[in-house]
Amino acid sequence: MNTQLAIQVTGLTKAYRGRAALSALDLQLAPGQIVGLMGDNGSGKTTLLKVLAGALADWQGDVRVAGFAPGPDSKALVSFLPDASFLPDSHKPDDSIALYARFFTDFDEQKAREMIDFFGLPWDRTLKEMSKGMREKLQISLAMSRRAKVYLLDEPISGVDPASRDIILRGILSNFDEDALLLISTHLIQDVEQIVDSVLFLKGGEVLLQGEADALRAEHSSSLDALFRKVYAS
Amino acid sequence: MKIDDSRPIWAQLVDEFRRRIAAGEWMPGAKVPSVRELALELGVNPNTVQKALGEVDRLGLATTERTAGRFVTTDADAIVDARAALAASTVDSFITTATGLGMSLDDATTLLSRRWAAHDTNTNEGDAR
Repeated sequence: MNTQLAIQVTGLTKAYRGRAALSALDLQLAPGQIVGLMGDNGSGKTTLLKVLAGALADWQGDVRVAGFAPGPDSKALVSFLPDASFLPDSHKPDDSIALYARFFTDFDEQKAREMIDFFGLPWDRTLKEMSKGMREKLQISLAMSRRAKVYLLDEPISGVDPASRDIILRGILSNFDEDALLLISTHLIQDVEQIVDSVLFLKGGEVLLQGEADALRAEHSSSLDALFRKVYAS
Repeated sequence: MKIDDSRPIWAQLVDEFRRRIAAGEWMPGAKVPSVRELALELGVNPNTVQKALGEVDRLGLATTERTAGRFVTTDADAIVDARAALAASTVDSFITTATGLGMSLDDATTLLSRRWAAHDTNTNEGDAR
């Protein structure tokens, strides 16, 4: 077991024009688990993921990802899937694979091809010609095919149909490296309820609740979804 | 298997794996599917599967060999015990419901015999639920 924390955050504060998106947030996450990052819109999920990914500057606090402060060293070990599409519309899957292979030394091209086939994506179509669900699947194939220490997936299953959601979750499960940390954000807890080891509820830029999924179910005799609704309402 | 999100998943997996062994779906001495295969089949977290399989080991229903993997026990007594325990807990929940309906042991026995016969002749109509 690797005892080094995959993510260590102390007193992280990030404000946009004076409005705090994250306020004095503390967080410690061990590797080897899937963590659900949950919260309603505006709770700070995306901001937190962007800070961890090294995609945001201008924040206060101490942040360590895979042992490094966010920057080139951490980015080499972190696979970040943003919520917005980041690939050119003109790309076919082969073009995107080539792009990833050029940018990331830990990218496993073979694995990406296998995942794209697993998802049944068309090799001859451009992203422009693909459905939203297909584009999500392509981006997940690429993000999960890096041999990273930390995977940050921002709302990877929002806006896709239930059948696609299930197959995406299967793709994530079957390609998850058991020594890595996978942090997956969603506002639909039910969707990830059964695949997470632990959960982190954010509200107003602060950690509202954090715990091991089965321990929370045992303690509250409820699903994470029901628990989330309850603690949010209070 | 249908997972109930309001109860710890690992405990439900332990029940499911015990059932598979008791029912002979996983035969004595057979290799238990890998953690990853089970996680994918059931759509659950691999660590949760690992934890549940550890408990199945602890219950003496499987053994893990360092290199070869995990195997269902060949200890016939352990499997018989598991089957008996599973049957007992099913009967216990039946008793709880039956007594809650004000049934006596005689009522319950009579009902059980009648339903049992109906179940044998026509499993569809025998479905009490």
